[in-house]
Amino acid sequence: MATLQSEIRPSGVLRSLLAGGVLIVAAALGGAQSKNSCVDCHSALPDNLGVTQETFSHDIHAQKGLTCVNCHGGDAGSDDPTQAMSKKAGWKGAIDRRQIPQLCGSCHSDPAYMRQFNPSLRTDQLAQYHTSVHGKRLAAGDTKVAVCTDCHSVHNLRAPNDPQSTVYPTNIATTCSRCHADANYMKAYGIPTNQFANYNKSVHHDALMVGGDLSAPTCTTCHGNHGAAPPGVDSVPNVCSTCHVFQAQMYEKSSHKAAFDSAHLPGCIVCHQNHAIVHPTDAKLGSQPGAVCMRCHQPGDQCDQARGDILAQLTKLDNSIRQADQALAVAEAAGMEVGEARLGQNEARDSLTKARVAIHSFKTGVITPYVEAGMGAAKKDLKAGQDAMVERNHRRAGLGFSLIAIGMVVFGLRLYIDKIEK
Amino acid sequence: MGTIDPGTANLQPPAVNLQRRGFVELLLGGGFLATAGAFIYPVLRYFVPPKTADLGGDSVVAGKVGELKPNSGKIFPFGNRPGLLILTATGEYHAMSAVCTHLSCTVQYRPDMKEVWCACHNGKYGLDGRNISGPPPRPLQAFDVQVRGDEIFVTRRKEA
Amino acid sequence: MTVLRNAVNWLHDRLEWDDLIAPLKEKTVPRHRLSYWYFLGGITLFLFGIQVVTGILLLLYYRPGANEAFESVQYIMTQVQFGWLIRSIHSWSANLMIFTAVAHMFSVLFLKAYRKPRELTWVSGVILLGLVMGFGFSGYLLPWNTLAYFATKVGTDIAGQVPLIGHPIMVFLRGGEEVTGATLTRFFGFHVAVLPGIVVLVILFHLLMVQRQGMSVPPSVETEWTAKPSLKRETRFFPNFVLRELMAWYVGLGVLGALAAMFPWNLGVKADLFGSAPAGIKPEWYFLFMFQTLKLIPSKVWFVDGEVLGILAFCVAGLLWLLLPFFENDRAARSRRWITGLSVFALAFVIAMSVYGYLAK
Repeated sequence: MATLQSEIRPSGVLRSLLAGGVLIVAAALGGAQSKNSCVDCHSALPDNLGVTQETFSHDIHAQKGLTCVNCHGGDAGSDDPTQAMSKKAGWKGAIDRRQIPQLCGSCHSDPAYMRQFNPSLRTDQLAQYHTSVHGKRLAAGDTKVAVCTDCHSVHNLRAPNDPQSTVYPTNIATTCSRCHADANYMKAYGIPTNQFANYNKSVHHDALMVGGDLSAPTCTTCHGNHGAAPPGVDSVPNVCSTCHVFQAQMYEKSSHKAAFDSAHLPGCIVCHQNHAIVHPTDAKLGSQPGAVCMRCHQPGDQCDQARGDILAQLTKLDNSIRQADQALAVAEAAGMEVGEARLGQNEARDSLTKARVAIHSFKTGVITPYVEAGMGAAKKDLKAGQDAMVERNHRRAGLGFSLIAIGMVVFGLRLYIDKIEK
Repeated sequence: MGTIDPGTANLQPPAVNLQRRGFVELLLGGGFLATAGAFIYPVLRYFVPPKTADLGGDSVVAGKVGELKPNSGKIFPFGNRPGLLILTATGEYHAMSAVCTHLSCTVQYRPDMKEVWCACHNGKYGLDGRNISGPPPRPLQAFDVQVRGDEIFVTRRKEA
Repeated sequence: MTVLRNAVNWLHDRLEWDDLIAPLKEKTVPRHRLSYWYFLGGITLFLFGIQVVTGILLLLYYRPGANEAFESVQYIMTQVQFGWLIRSIHSWSANLMIFTAVAHMFSVLFLKAYRKPRELTWVSGVILLGLVMGFGFSGYLLPWNTLAYFATKVGTDIAGQVPLIGHPIMVFLRGGEEVTGATLTRFFGFHVAVLPGIVVLVILFHLLMVQRQGMSVPPSVETEWTAKPSLKRETRFFPNFVLRELMAWYVGLGVLGALAAMFPWNLGVKADLFGSAPAGIKPEWYFLFMFQTLKLIPSKVWFVDGEVLGILAFCVAGLLWLLLPFFENDRAARSRRWITGLSVFALAFVIAMSVYGYLAK
């Protein structure tokens, strides 16, 4: 076992006071499989000092066979507090916040040690932490920042792939928000505290929490986890481009990249925000308040005209698709089978999506081919819907003819029967 | 006892009803013919097999030999969903479902990467459909390819 | 016309059908205020004929097998010329046939046509009703869509609840423990081979009995006629009754055609064995009354499982229904009143439960 470096001794008076009150309880609590006198006493203590066997059983370290003494030192075999928590036994007491990263890192940064438990686990978390805002501030003496146990919790620390872990993808935003959404706590730092509220409005939040897509971004995806820091103004497009490749490629080649770079504007965020990234609609290209282009461009100038043109094309395609959908719905309600055309609509919708992605080139000429392709598909499907209704009318006509013929027979039979029975 | 309704025995109509007799017979005869036609015509048309052959839900002709250049791919319809047919630079055919397992976008073959790529969120798959990187959680369903004559048949693999 | 007459004469010289046709020529059908009910049996037979013809046509394109069934029905509906018509007629006619069969059964019940000597006609009729429902149940699965798959699952589950023999019956029906492609193959075999084979024999017997014994006259009309014999009226079977039946059949054709063209039968969504059942799944309307009754029975009645009790009750009721004519004893008038009362109750129960089942969520 690696050597522990810190030595803190809790108050002796406190210890004596506790000892008497707890001895009876300790005696009552029987022996565990392997003796752990720490839990025997501490499971009966109130919250601050309380750790029950039940809580601890969820801890990944406990499950791997590590116990209290591995971090806190001391002697777990003795029921006598003075001996269990003696300096001779290496007792460290409650670990000071400033020492926590080093303590955790004493194992987790040791590849040879970690290999015994999980050879594929990374061992650079401590190094990353030192580069993070949290790590740097802690080194400068700020104990309000997050240390390992703040995010990972302690004594019931679950593996990150456990859905109940505080750092499971669906829980990360909540974990970060414990500090970052607390206006009082963050007052001294002068940074906003609305990120969590904004993120919850975002399409990434919906994908992760509602859609269950674990690959959807949460705080750590863009900010990093152990090396958590906001991406720099210049690196925002890099971060977004990890997933949104096409948009990034088009943006790189576009006029806006040069313009934003020289104005030190953070790329994608200018139009899409950083945390409240909501699902964009074509209205973003409009000229009403809330639309993005007119924040910078002048009405009537060349860019405004291009904007108007792009918006018109996209709206035209959107309307075509809707029109075809409607025609197909009418046909289906009349009992006609239009499954193939419904599939064709997917192609049209794909083209619309690609056209919208092409907005990031900020060139009408790039967008138009996609719009044309989509229009072609939607037109074909509209025709299919209309043809289906024509076919339906043919069927009705055929039915009409048959019914007339049947009517002739029935009427004729009636007359014939009347006649022969006279 | 009682009465029995007259049957065809009474079919000697007085001369007055001559016109009516012809009318009834015409109506009946015409009606029978018309209905017979209305029934037989659809049945006869039904017997004629349609032009698009039904190979069943499992198999489809994805293309013709020579249609694809080496190191390229094409999307083909397979039942309700798109499929992807790839011809590698070494002349092997691969086929798989083209529906990305992340959010159902249509994937494509990237000749520069020699991999299957999804444009929506940068997901990547190998030529066997296995998901290599990015958001996709599962591989793409792989299909069997058979070349018969100049037609390329793609068949779904049978479920157990 | 003379060509036709010569052809008929040519055949007559060789087949000599005079003694076969003679009874038909003389055959009469009673005619009274209730004789319209006589048409229902013929209409059911006619609809069965339609099923056979459209069924054979569908066989030209349908493929049984979990991978192909749905796609083949889709092919029939979208690609085959008039395939939509043949398939829609087949589906509509199936439903109409079950309706007319049930109506025919209740009319026989209320008009007391099951009395001696027609007990066996009744028994074969009830058997036919069971076979027809078997046709409906097996045929419903063949398009292999979600509704069909889950309806079959629920239906065979219920069969499996019968004590002792239930599980073997369920395994026999399903071709295994679960509903799979094997079930589809098996149901296809039942639907196009086993059931048609059996039903043809039973129909022949049923028709033979009707031909030999003639049509029954309801008791009320009988008493009238015994009192005043001059009131008795009869129609010749051929050509009068036959022509009237032909009218009814043509009207039936018109109704079928209209239904098929105006309300084509839908395809649904291909069955997904690993999907979850759609909310509020119900069986077809002709099973609704049983389904709803089972839902209403509390889960435990004394010590017996509620659903099992319900199923057993229906089995017993079915058996009693089959043997109904034999309950009419010497004191005919009294037992007849009982049976009338029971029939009214049964009809009301079936209608009420079906409506309830249809409206319930």
